[in-house]
Amino acid sequence: MRRMLTTAIALAAIPMLASCSLESGGSAAPSDHKVVLVTHDSFAYTKTLFEQFKKDTGITIEVHAAGDAGALTNQLVLTKANPIGDLAFGIDNTFATRALNEGVFAPYTSPQASKGPQRYDVDASHRLTAIDLGDVCLNYDVRRFENGPKTFEDLTDPKYASQLVVEDPQTSSPGLAFLLATIAHFGENGWQPYWSKLKAGGMKVVSGWEEAYSQDFSGSSGKGPKAIVVSYASSPSAELGKDGKPRTAAMLDTCFRQVEYAGVLQGAKNPEDAKKVLDFLLSPRFQADVPGQMYVYPSLQGVALPKEWQQAAPLPANPITMPGDRIQQGRDGWIRQWRSLVQG
Amino acid sequence: MDPAVAFAGPGLTRAGAGLAALALVPLGFLAVFFAWPVVAIVSLGLRSGSVLPTLADPDTWKLVGFTLAQAAGSTVVAVLAGLPVAFLLARVRLPGRWLVRVVVLVPFVLPTVVVGLAFKVLLPGGGAWTIVLANAFFNVAVVARTVAGLWAHTDRRAEDAAKALGASPARAFTSVVLPQLAPAIGSAAAIVFLFCATSFGVVLILGGAHYRTLETEIYLRTVEMLDLPTASALSLLQLLAVIAALSAGALARRRRETALRLRSAKETARRPRGGEWAVVGLACAVLVLLLVPIGSLVARSLTSGFAGYRALAGTGTSGTLVVSGWTAAENSLRAATDATLLALGLGIVASVVLVSLRRGRTRGTVVELVDAAMMLPLGVSAVTVGFGYLITLGALPGDLRTSPLLVPLAQALVVTPLVIRMVLPVLRSVDVRLRQAAATMGAGRLRVWREVDLPLAGRSVLAAAAFGYVVALGEFGATSFLARPDIPTLPVAIARLLSRPGELNNQMAYAACTVLMLVTIAVVLLVEWIGSGALGEF
Amino acid sequence: MVLRLSGVTVRYRDFTAVADADLEVADGEVLALLGPSGSGKSTLLRAVAGLEPLSGGVVEWDGVDLAGIAVHRRGFGLVFQDGQLFPHRDVAGNVAFGLRMARVPAARRADRVAELLRMVGLAGYQRRKVTELSGGEQQRVALARALAPKPKLLLLDEPLSALDRALRDQLAVDLAEVLRTAGTTALLVTHDQDEAFTVADRVAVLRAGRITQVGTPDEVYRWPADDQTAEFLGVTTILDAVASDGVVKTDLGPVELAVPDGPARLGLHPSAVRVGAGSVRGRVTARVHRRDHVRLTIEVGDRVVAAVAPTLGAPEPGDEVRLGLDADGIAVLHSRGNPTAH
Repeated sequence: MRRMLTTAIALAAIPMLASCSLESGGSAAPSDHKVVLVTHDSFAYTKTLFEQFKKDTGITIEVHAAGDAGALTNQLVLTKANPIGDLAFGIDNTFATRALNEGVFAPYTSPQASKGPQRYDVDASHRLTAIDLGDVCLNYDVRRFENGPKTFEDLTDPKYASQLVVEDPQTSSPGLAFLLATIAHFGENGWQPYWSKLKAGGMKVVSGWEEAYSQDFSGSSGKGPKAIVVSYASSPSAELGKDGKPRTAAMLDTCFRQVEYAGVLQGAKNPEDAKKVLDFLLSPRFQADVPGQMYVYPSLQGVALPKEWQQAAPLPANPITMPGDRIQQGRDGWIRQWRSLVQG
Repeated sequence: MDPAVAFAGPGLTRAGAGLAALALVPLGFLAVFFAWPVVAIVSLGLRSGSVLPTLADPDTWKLVGFTLAQAAGSTVVAVLAGLPVAFLLARVRLPGRWLVRVVVLVPFVLPTVVVGLAFKVLLPGGGAWTIVLANAFFNVAVVARTVAGLWAHTDRRAEDAAKALGASPARAFTSVVLPQLAPAIGSAAAIVFLFCATSFGVVLILGGAHYRTLETEIYLRTVEMLDLPTASALSLLQLLAVIAALSAGALARRRRETALRLRSAKETARRPRGGEWAVVGLACAVLVLLLVPIGSLVARSLTSGFAGYRALAGTGTSGTLVVSGWTAAENSLRAATDATLLALGLGIVASVVLVSLRRGRTRGTVVELVDAAMMLPLGVSAVTVGFGYLITLGALPGDLRTSPLLVPLAQALVVTPLVIRMVLPVLRSVDVRLRQAAATMGAGRLRVWREVDLPLAGRSVLAAAAFGYVVALGEFGATSFLARPDIPTLPVAIARLLSRPGELNNQMAYAACTVLMLVTIAVVLLVEWIGSGALGEF
Repeated sequence: MVLRLSGVTVRYRDFTAVADADLEVADGEVLALLGPSGSGKSTLLRAVAGLEPLSGGVVEWDGVDLAGIAVHRRGFGLVFQDGQLFPHRDVAGNVAFGLRMARVPAARRADRVAELLRMVGLAGYQRRKVTELSGGEQQRVALARALAPKPKLLLLDEPLSALDRALRDQLAVDLAEVLRTAGTTALLVTHDQDEAFTVADRVAVLRAGRITQVGTPDEVYRWPADDQTAEFLGVTTILDAVASDGVVKTDLGPVELAVPDGPARLGLHPSAVRVGAGSVRGRVTARVHRRDHVRLTIEVGDRVVAAVAPTLGAPEPGDEVRLGLDADGIAVLHSRGNPTAH
C-alpha cells in the first residue's frame, strides 16, 4: 500500500513539475520588436531599465551571453553569415580589430556618439561604438605594505614579485591586458626579460581572475596568501572595510585601458531596433548604471559616478594603451612567447 | 536451455517497422543535437587548415599523454576509493547506510569551479595529483553505486565456497569476488575515464598554467583563438580516445551478461565480521575524505553567519546577478526537470530499442555500436558541441541558438547516456520467457511492456530519474555556454558570483553551493524513500 | 476441436531444430513430446505457441491455420520449466493475469483464482509473494496461472524437471489429475519417460528434430520404432533372436512373447533380466543399490547386460549367477506385425 501511495505521488509530481516548468521556462511572448543582444558573461544590468525601455519603445531586449570577450568575438566571427543576434556588446579593444577585419559589424553612428564615446573610436568606419571603459591594474593589499609598490619596475624586487599573482593571458582577459601593458611599457625587446625576473622572483600564475582575486589575493574575502594581484582600477571600491576605507589599492601607473564597444551586426534580422538599443546603451540612464553593474566607467561624458568610486576607484590619468591593429598582429605570437617563457 | 529461447517471436516485419520508427526518436535527437554540430565544426576546421602540423607537434602528444595519464590515474583512484564504499553499500547491514548512498552522490552536483577552488585551498601545493584527486572526488559515486548495484545482487555462496576450499578472505576476494564484479567495475571505470578525460573546470583551475588536457586545449583553441584546424585535430584525437574507452566498457558489459542468476539484495547484506570491519573502516575513511571538501564549502558559506544565505534573496553586490539567487535555484530545478523528463523519454525509448534489437535477430555488434554511439556525448567537449550549435542550429526554424530551450536539450544530451546505462541492464535481465508467459495469457506487444518490463525496470527508471536530475542540476560545461544571463541556473550563478569582487558575492556563491547540495540530498532521499536501490548501475 | 501439425519445420540460420513434424492432438487429450535434450521438442512446443516462426509447414487449430495469429491471440496457455512467475505480483496477481487480459470482471477473477488455487492445492495463498514460495509451489502457481483463462490448449515445457525427484513424482500425479479435472487439451514437453507415461494419454518421441514415433505409453514402451528410440526409453541390451510358436529363443534364454514366427529383434530393459532362475550363467561385475531394487551389471560370455534383483540376498560382484528373461521388460523391435502407429 505504501509503495503504491509513494509511486502515485511521484507519478503525479512529474507532470506537475513539467507543466510548471514549461509554462514559464520559455522565452517572452513573441514580439515583432525583439532585439537579441549578444554579449559576454560579465554583462550586467538593472532589469527595471530594460523594462522601462520596453515600455517606452515596445522593444524587448533578449540578452544572450557568449563567454568572455574573446569567446564573444570568435562566436560572432564564426556566425557572421547567419548572426546569432542583432546587436553585440562587449568586444574590447584587444579583439575589436579582429571583429572589424572579419566584417562582423555594420556601420551606425548614434546621435549620442559625439558626446564622449567617439574619443575611443577604433577606426573611422563607425562600426563600433564605445560604451564603457575600464582599466586593468595591479591591486595590492594596503595592510600588507605600508608604502606599496607603484610601478612595474618595483615588482622585480623579490619582496613584491613573490607576492604577485597574475592571470594566464590565454584564459583570462585581465591576464591578456596585463601582458599587453608590459609589452607596451617595456617594448618588444624588454618585456621578456621583465617577465623572467618576475618568474625568478616567485610570481604565481593562475588560470582565471576568480582564483587570482578571490582565492590567492589577501585583500579580498578569500584572504589568500598573495598581496598583489592583476585586477581592475575599480576593484578597491568593492573592498571597503567597516571604517569605510578601502582595504586595497590600485597601482595607477600599471593600468591598461580596456574599452568595450557595441555594434549592430551585419546581417541582423532587426537592424533598426538594434540601433535604438545601441542608443539606449548610450543613454544617460544606462550609462549611469554601468559603474555599479560592471565596475567600469561610462563612455558618455558628464555621468555622475557612485560615491564610493570617488574615493576608491579613481580613473587613472595616464593609462597604457595599444593600437588595435598592433594587438591583432602581435597577440598570438606574444602569447606563444609568454607560454614558453613562463610555462616552459 | 534451447538456443531457441534467445530468439524473438513472430510478426517481425510489422514489429520491425515499429521498432525502426521508435529508434528514430533517440537517433534523431542524437543526430540533430550532437552528430550534426560536431561534424560541422570539426569539418569546418579540417577545411580551413591542415591537421598535420598539430599531429606532428610533440606538444600535442604530450597533451594526449597527460590527458590519458590523468584520466587513468583519476579512474584508478576513483575505483580504489569506490570499492570499499561499494562493499559498504552492498554487503553491510549497518544503520545509516542510506546516508552513505546520499553522501557519495553530493560531489556530483558541485560546480567544477567550486570544487577546483576547494581543492586549491585544501592542497595548496597543487600539481597533477590535485587534478587526479579532484577528478576522483567527483566520480567515486559512479564506481561505488555501479559496483554496489551488482555486488548487492551477487550470490554470496561462491565466495563462501572459495573460503571453504581454503582461500583466505583476501584470496577469496581476488579470485572469486573481483572477477564477478569485473563487468561492473569495467563499465564504471569506462564512464569515469570518459568524465575525467573530458573534465574541464578542474583542470583549468588546478592545472594552473602548467597542466593542460585535450579538453582545455580544445577550449583555448576554439573559444579564445578560433584556431579551428588545431581544435579539430585535437577533437579527433579526443574522439579516438573516447571510442577506445567506450569499446573497453562495451567489452566489460558483454562479459557482464554471463553473470546469471542474481540474488535479492536482502539476503546478501549482513553485519560485518572480522576483517570486514577493516574494509568498513576504509570505506568510512573514503567518506570522510569526500566530506572534507564538502565541509570546507559549507564552512566558507558561513564565514559571516547567514549573510550569504540571506543574500540569496537578492542579486548580489550591486546586482551581480540579473535575478535573485532563489530564482536561479528555481531556474535550475525547471531546466533539470525538463532535461530529466526529456532524457528519461529518450533513454527509455533507446533502451527499449536496444533490448528489442538484442532479443531480435540483429547482430550483437550492431546493437553494441548503437549502444556505444548513445554514449558518445559524454566524451566530446562541450565547447565543440556548443560551437557546432552556432554554425548548424541557425538553419533550423526558430533559431534555437539563443533559445532557453537549448539548456535542457544540452543537459539531456549528457543525462540520456546515464539513463540508458541504468535502465538497459535491467531491461536486458528481464527473462524473455517471462514476457512470453504474458503473451500466451493474452497480453499484446505493448501490454507486455506495460505489464512486465516497465514494472520490473520501474525502480531503475526512478533511480535513473533521480541521478539524471542530480547531474542536470550540476551540469555546468554546456549550460554556462548556453544559459541566458536573465535565466541563469544555480551553477552558472555561482560561477558568476565568484567572478566578481566583493565579500558578499563570495559568501552568496558558497551559500548557493550549499543550497545545491541540499537540493541534491533532498532528491536522493526522495528516491531512497520511494524505494530505489534496485539493480542500478551508471 | 483439434490441434493439427503438418510438415512443421523450424530452422535457425543453418541449423534445423524441427524437421517436417506431423502431429494431431484430439480434444481433451494430453500428448507428451518426449525426447532427449536438443531433440527439438521445446522448439516444437514454442512453434505451436507462436513463439517460434515456422520455416515450413502448418499449425492448425480446428482447421484454421494459426500462421497469422499472434501469440497473445491464440488462447494457448504456457507453463515453463522454472515457472516464470511475475516477481512484481503476488500469487493472486499472477493467477489473475490472464483473466485481466481477457477483461474478466474483478469479482469473478477472485472466485476463479480461489478455485484454481484450490485445484492445485494452494488454497489461501493469494497474498503470498511468489519469491517466497518453494520450487514446487511456484510450479503449482504457474499451472494455476496458465489454466485460469481456460486456455484452448495448455503447453507445458518441462514443467517438473527443475524439481527434485520425490516432488517430481508427486507433482506428476497431481498434474495428471488436474489436467483430467480441468478437461484440458495439453501438450507436454519432457525428457523423462516416467513423467510422460504418468501424465500423457499419448506420447510422441522426438530425436534430432524428427518425430520418430507416436503412440500410447504402452505402445511406445513395448514396440519402439527403432533401436535408438528403444535405447532412449531405457533399453540397455538389444538381441537378435528367432520366434516360433509364441516363444522367442535368445542368447539369454527363451521367453514367451506374442510375436509372429521368424526373426525378431528384442530390446531388454534391465527389468527384463531376472537373476536366480534360468538356464544362462553369468558373472556379476558391479552392483548398485537403488531405491527398491538392486541393479547389477553381468558378463554373459562376451556380452555385458544390465539386470535387476530384489534387494534381499542380491549377489555380490564376482558371484556366478543364473539368468532368465521376463517378458514384462522386453520391447519388440522390427518384427512383422509390429503394431506401432504412424
